[in-house]
Amino acid sequence: MSSADLTGLSGPAPGLDVAERRKARRARVERWARWLLPVVVMAATIALWQWYVVAYKVPHYILPGPDRVVDALVRDWPMLWPALLVTLQITLGALVVATIGGVGLAVLFAQSKWVEMSFFPYAVILQVTPVIVIAPLIFIYVPSKIVGLLICAWIVAFFPILSNTTLGLNSADHNLRNLFQLYGATRWQTLRYLRLPAALPYFLGGLRIAGGLSLIGAIVAEFVAGTGGVGSGLAFKILEASYRLNIPRMFAAILLISLTGIIIFAVLSLVTHLLLRNWHESAVKRDG
Amino acid sequence: MSAASSDGAPRGMASRPLSETPPIVSLQGITKSFSNATVALRNLSLDIGAGEFVSLLGPSGCGKSTALRLIAGLSSPTNGRIVWPGEAPGQGDHELGFVFQEPTLMPWASVFANVHLPLRLKGRSVAAARDEVMDALDMVGLAGFADSYPRELSGGMKMRVSIARALVTRPKLLLMDEPFAALDEITRFKLNNDILRLWETLDWTVIFVTHSVFESVYLSNRIVVMAARPGRVVADLAVDAPYPRTEEFRTSHLYSDYCRQASEALQATLNEEERAE
Repeated sequence: MSSADLTGLSGPAPGLDVAERRKARRARVERWARWLLPVVVMAATIALWQWYVVAYKVPHYILPGPDRVVDALVRDWPMLWPALLVTLQITLGALVVATIGGVGLAVLFAQSKWVEMSFFPYAVILQVTPVIVIAPLIFIYVPSKIVGLLICAWIVAFFPILSNTTLGLNSADHNLRNLFQLYGATRWQTLRYLRLPAALPYFLGGLRIAGGLSLIGAIVAEFVAGTGGVGSGLAFKILEASYRLNIPRMFAAILLISLTGIIIFAVLSLVTHLLLRNWHESAVKRDG
Repeated sequence: MSAASSDGAPRGMASRPLSETPPIVSLQGITKSFSNATVALRNLSLDIGAGEFVSLLGPSGCGKSTALRLIAGLSSPTNGRIVWPGEAPGQGDHELGFVFQEPTLMPWASVFANVHLPLRLKGRSVAAARDEVMDALDMVGLAGFADSYPRELSGGMKMRVSIARALVTRPKLLLMDEPFAALDEITRFKLNNDILRLWETLDWTVIFVTHSVFESVYLSNRIVVMAARPGRVVADLAVDAPYPRTEEFRTSHLYSDYCRQASEALQATLNEEERAE
């Protein structure tokens, strides 16, 4: 940017002043760049995409330009919006159940090493077996489609919460544990006042991963369920559009899914920040 | 003799007068060995009289921290027993406070909540305990920081919070495990004076683990010198200097005499160790 004025300033002028001014300018530039840069790069990418589609006359059933995607988004909105709501419902439902299940199991595991040793393998098995191979079975065993979808999304999402929270519950400071022991704290008090707060940053880290995974779980399960009609989600719309070679609508639905994922991540990041800003190293702002 | 190692270890300059009142806690023939076969303490007998300020002084590995943890009930002796003569048999609570080497505060809780913790664990609500917590904070000069979080405080202030937490239950016995070892000297001197002031006003008994000869002489009226491998008591010195002790004491002849005595006792244990190797 300004290597020219920098060398111009660093002549006989008082050294500190120059350095301070340079620092202030760098901070100003950085403040703008943080917002401007991603926006500019995004705009450039979209422009490049549009240019490529027009210049090489790519047929819209292979790669639609961004104009066609936006067009599809607007035109198909009455159909995409309810589908988005269905997917969102399953995603958030799965996230809630994963949170309750993950934290609940972690607390249970933390109560006794024996329980943990006995049941942790099942959690691992559920995690490492791809949901896409279990899903067909689940839809056979579970009559309700919504419940089946929820179960699939839950299986994908709960493991990071479980494993992170278990780690967090076990990483409370040893001297603090001694202190609780010294004052005759009950098991419940130790959990409530020491182990759960100590586990909070770990849990929140797991929750942010689980947020993205529950969306993925919901989508994958919908693909497997593959039924249409009323109450079908975005994944089914994508599947349907692909059968009809309606590529712009596929792009529009994918765009919605990505945006949903980004919003979930942003909200969970905000929650994390609000809960940890007073005390945890990861959220504390440092001067300098 | 209120302290002796009965396995024939040198008694050194044992010069403490017999205490008339029954001890607040009495360690009788304590042996503690760990699973990796180290003997942290061998046949340790020690009576702590009510109102004493006792320093356990020794090199690292002499088991002084282990002794403190045993008294606190954080671990149990392999052999021997710990008796609390002033208490009814079966009383679970020993009315003691513990200050660790680190401040050991809950980072997620405010200063107030940290000091409130011991009372909360006894079922006292914030409203019911507010006065006591604020009193305790006031005593360490941190009443204005009740709503701060630990990370906002300096190392010395965190230690004060830790002390306030230990004294909020009004314990009879305060156990301190090298509490000021990680602090700079200026802060340490200041906290030394604070502890002495609190000890004089609150009618405490203090057991203070340290590896600093100067700190132990400045603070205590009794120094128990310990040796390592296996951990045992080698000397029991009385420091007969009047309280309140101030900076004046720190520069007096009396102080340096006692420091020399304690140093010699400590040195003897180290020499002995070298000979053994």
